[in-house]
Amino acid sequence: MALLEVDDLRVTFGGRDRADVRAVDGVSFSVDAGQTIGLVGESGCGKSVTSLAIMGLLPSTGVRVAGSVSFDGQELLTMTTDEMRDIRGRDITMVFQDPMTSLNPVITIGLQVTEVLSRHRGMDKSDARAEAASLLRRVGIPDPDRRLKDYPHQLSGGMRQRALIAMALACQPRVMIADEPTTALDVTIQAQILDLLKQLTEETGAALIMITHDLGVVAGLCDRVNVMYSGRIVESAPRRELFADPRHPYTHGLLASIPRLDHPRGTPLTPIPGSPRDVLPWAQGCAFSPRCSQPVDSCVQQAPALGPIGTSGVHDLRCHHPVAERVLEEQR
Amino acid sequence: MPEPNRRDSPGRGQPSDLYTVDSMKTEFGDLAVRETTGSSLGRDAWIRLRRNPVAIIGFILVTLFLVVAVFAPLIAPYGPSDTPGKGIVTPTNIPGPSADHWFGLDDLGRDEFSRVIYGARQSLIIGVVSLLIGMTVGVIMGVLAGAFGGWVDGLVMRITDIMLSVPGLLFAIAVAAVLGQSLSSVMIAIAVVNVPVFARLLRGSMLAQRDADYVVAAHSLGLRRRNTVASHILPNSISPVIVQSTLVLATAIIDAAGLAFLGLGSADPAIPEWGRMLADTQRYLSVAPHLAFFPGIAIVIAALGFTLLGESLREALDPKYRR
Repeated sequence: MALLEVDDLRVTFGGRDRADVRAVDGVSFSVDAGQTIGLVGESGCGKSVTSLAIMGLLPSTGVRVAGSVSFDGQELLTMTTDEMRDIRGRDITMVFQDPMTSLNPVITIGLQVTEVLSRHRGMDKSDARAEAASLLRRVGIPDPDRRLKDYPHQLSGGMRQRALIAMALACQPRVMIADEPTTALDVTIQAQILDLLKQLTEETGAALIMITHDLGVVAGLCDRVNVMYSGRIVESAPRRELFADPRHPYTHGLLASIPRLDHPRGTPLTPIPGSPRDVLPWAQGCAFSPRCSQPVDSCVQQAPALGPIGTSGVHDLRCHHPVAERVLEEQR
Repeated sequence: MPEPNRRDSPGRGQPSDLYTVDSMKTEFGDLAVRETTGSSLGRDAWIRLRRNPVAIIGFILVTLFLVVAVFAPLIAPYGPSDTPGKGIVTPTNIPGPSADHWFGLDDLGRDEFSRVIYGARQSLIIGVVSLLIGMTVGVIMGVLAGAFGGWVDGLVMRITDIMLSVPGLLFAIAVAAVLGQSLSSVMIAIAVVNVPVFARLLRGSMLAQRDADYVVAAHSLGLRRRNTVASHILPNSISPVIVQSTLVLATAIIDAAGLAFLGLGSADPAIPEWGRMLADTQRYLSVAPHLAFFPGIAIVIAALGFTLLGESLREALDPKYRR
């Protein structure tokens, strides 16, 4: 049994006077200690909602969460708020997208880090202070004793993200969820933060769930990649296999859309036509079919199921008409 | 500035503070933030406050008022009940300002200057005490409503609705009728009028913070609700309350004068109150206009000082005004 298992997770937003919107529609994946998995997809595909559902951070009204999230054998979705609060920040932590707004602007970094330590590890003030300094040092913040007295606006974006990672790391979590941790940062800082996350998960043996829209991030970091589209996982494979042999037209399109350095200048980019708004409800067929490059009749008649493909046994696909392997060979 | 923009730039895997400092320069335009290491938003606001001439005027007026109120016995040449003009003053002859009596004498031969000075004490006590009561109760109600939401919020807001629907002056008269004419009933009346203002202000400000990213981040760290409220939501919501409290001091002084004018002040006529000084001298307005002028000016100066200070505090504390 894996450390964190998400099984058939469904999140539906809706109210009395609004039509239901199913943001996450039967997502299943699992992650083991020391493993890094990626949840990849464009804006609105449900990846952040998935992470918030795992954390139990979705609002209590107007949202229905079904399915199962089990952590170390415990079911998280049926836990009380207080039980969940003990797990959050101690066993499962999260690093957010925007370091500019995710730190409290009016109290010092030190206070924000020590708060977590005293909450979950019962440390007194001086112990927490010393531990906070060593945490900051560990995430690569120079002169940590001085930084502890600083307010967030005195730190650069990269430093703030490091501080947030230090807070997420404070209680030796077993699962870390990073929700687009590099989106708001400069490219050079992005690389540093990704290296840091990689190094920290290797050191601590924590499982890392990397949520991103950037396949470049996935390529450098993840052991297994889940590609999401419109609330469902459409392709799931080990990193190497996914990049070498993408079978879903969406994955294929994502990879083809990345500009390549080895192409001559002036080569037109290859976009995926349409926008995420052009989806078909999964109930009526494949949600991606309106934008697909090679739809067949069955695509709009019946929703494809997620099933294994190929001989490896670790590559899952949700498609009626996968990209053939030979197409790739022709392109090479 | 040189921008190390190459993807394969050095610095991978090593803590290269260089880049982050550089990026900060572009972000904030200058490195002033660096120099004030250890400073807070409070100090930031203080710097902005000092640059604002309106704030300086407000500050001077408020300081003047406070000094006069606190050191009244040292400043006033006579006691509030002394009658240096005994024998001089008649109902038709009430001397105005002179070298001996700067603000003239009142109808009973007391030194008007001394009485105005002592009146400041009264205003300050009423203002501060009623502010503290009103703010404390209002903040508690606001925190309850803002932190718990749901039916608690509904209940608290209906209570404030009821409190707001009663006119302040009427309510004060009712309180005075129930508790008897005294200083404490005036203070309670003014406090009660301000409770719903503080409660609503803080609630609204807390609601705005509840979904802020750092609050979600605090939740994600499993902090207890009271910690999240106390160290994340409240400190970010409190500045409108600080601003409001200085403004409330101004209205409290005016309200206290108004109530005293209506005869609802302290029961002891020997204690000078600006409002009652105005009321008591109505009959002599034609022969001694200075008796209305000086207490009136005193009320204006005190109220104006707190208003100016409050308004400039609002600007200094509001991030939207930051330049």
